Amino acid sequence: MIDTTNLPKLTNEEIARYSRHLILPEVGMEGQQKLKAAKVLCVGTGGLGAPLALYLTAAGVGTIGLVDFDTVDESNLQRQIIHSQSTVGKLKVDSAEIMLKGLNKNVNVVKHNTMLTSANALEIFKDYDVIADGTDNFQTRYLVNDACVLTGKPNAYGSIFRFEGQASVFATEEGPCYRCLYPEPPPPGLVPSCAEGGVLGILPGLVGVIQATEVIKLILGIGEPLIGRLLLVDALGMSFRTLKLRKNPECPACGTHEIKQLIDYDQFCGIEKPAAVGPLEVSSHGKVDASAAIVEGIPQMSVEQLKARMDAGTAPFILDVREPHEYAIVNLGVPQIPVGSLPDRIAEIPVAKDAEIVVHCKSGARSQKASLALKQAGFTNVSNLAGGILAWADRIDPSLPKY
Amino acid sequence: MEIHIPTPLRAFTDRQETVSVPATTVAEGLENLVQKHSAMRAHLFTPEGKLRSFVNVYLNDEDVRYLPAKEDTTVADTDELTIIPSIAGGTPAAAGCCR
Repeated sequence: MIDTTNLPKLTNEEIARYSRHLILPEVGMEGQQKLKAAKVLCVGTGGLGAPLALYLTAAGVGTIGLVDFDTVDESNLQRQIIHSQSTVGKLKVDSAEIMLKGLNKNVNVVKHNTMLTSANALEIFKDYDVIADGTDNFQTRYLVNDACVLTGKPNAYGSIFRFEGQASVFATEEGPCYRCLYPEPPPPGLVPSCAEGGVLGILPGLVGVIQATEVIKLILGIGEPLIGRLLLVDALGMSFRTLKLRKNPECPACGTHEIKQLIDYDQFCGIEKPAAVGPLEVSSHGKVDASAAIVEGIPQMSVEQLKARMDAGTAPFILDVREPHEYAIVNLGVPQIPVGSLPDRIAEIPVAKDAEIVVHCKSGARSQKASLALKQAGFTNVSNLAGGILAWADRIDPSLPKY
Repeated sequence: MEIHIPTPLRAFTDRQETVSVPATTVAEGLENLVQKHSAMRAHLFTPEGKLRSFVNVYLNDEDVRYLPAKEDTTVADTDELTIIPSIAGGTPAAAGCCR
């Protein structure tokens, strides 16, 4: 993978710095020179990309590419340890560069402040030796996979959900690719709802460091990389299992090679084109246009309209369809039935079928779904609170916390 | 036999991580699982009763799709089935995820 004929020399300062590597025979001078010559692209500088880029930089990887278009938000700091309090609001690639340069002055950081798309992925990937996929949505997963297969770059893959993680090395010449394991993405409706989302902040650290370990092994050519194996990490049980992965001869990417160029991955994943948000942050379920008066037959009420009705003493019945743990964070003091159990608990709604009901959630999508369910159950006057409790906290009661 | 349920599907098993079902084949084990937890059926099977293509089922550490008898493979009580979900998370977006 790394051309060993013309490896860069280590300076005396670098020899001292990497002495703990140099005295490992499996790394040694040549290994450290390979690391110095290596170029690794981190797709995403979030939960997985943060520990990944930090450890690769510490280990002496010469060039680290960073792809991200986002800015640092304080809520990222629960897990994205490459960013810090002092860089909140900065571009993530700039924030990450500050931390990486602070850790190792020798590292060459190449910033790609852009969304990874079908139009730019091949061009970006071609300069790197290994790609490390730390993205957060299916569209980009398939895009990274196909671009890796097409450019012949191995993909150190990691993925997390709540307390669980997966890691593997895809798209090597002899091994399977992501499409061999997952030929098709799940339809958007079947991916877990955001009410079941969230992630233990430490977990991406655990999985990102596994990805970094695989990257280092690939560069050095040592050990048994996770090629043809899927590592499953369960942080609660603290159990690690590996399953065998096979290269699928019918795989359109790495088997039959019928995929000769990058495709439209939003369409492939059944997701509408992202508008203001990029592919790394796109919502996995449909967005609700807060400015529309009626969506799918459900009138959209603004928080200002609801506030005016409450002030006038003509408030409709308000139903919160979030989960109990969300209610515990912040609530409007109204009855609550989680959207998932609404069909079974319709009888608990204490108003008549023709009474006016306004449904709210965190920011308006789940409540839209719940409004449709209520309509189906025979309620005739149901509105959705556009923007949810976040809009309420923004525009009506700024004393409320936002999550 | 024991069936390991991944986190995204535990909403349908009352949060249980493993479900024990009687089974002589892989198919029977899965059928008994969705009989026991009916809300899970639509997530694992197409309306025609075929396993969905994005659902991976492993018997011990082998992908059922690559076993010679596939879902008709016979199983013992000590065998374990694992359902592997597609998970995409890396940076669950605070703003993007929960709309």
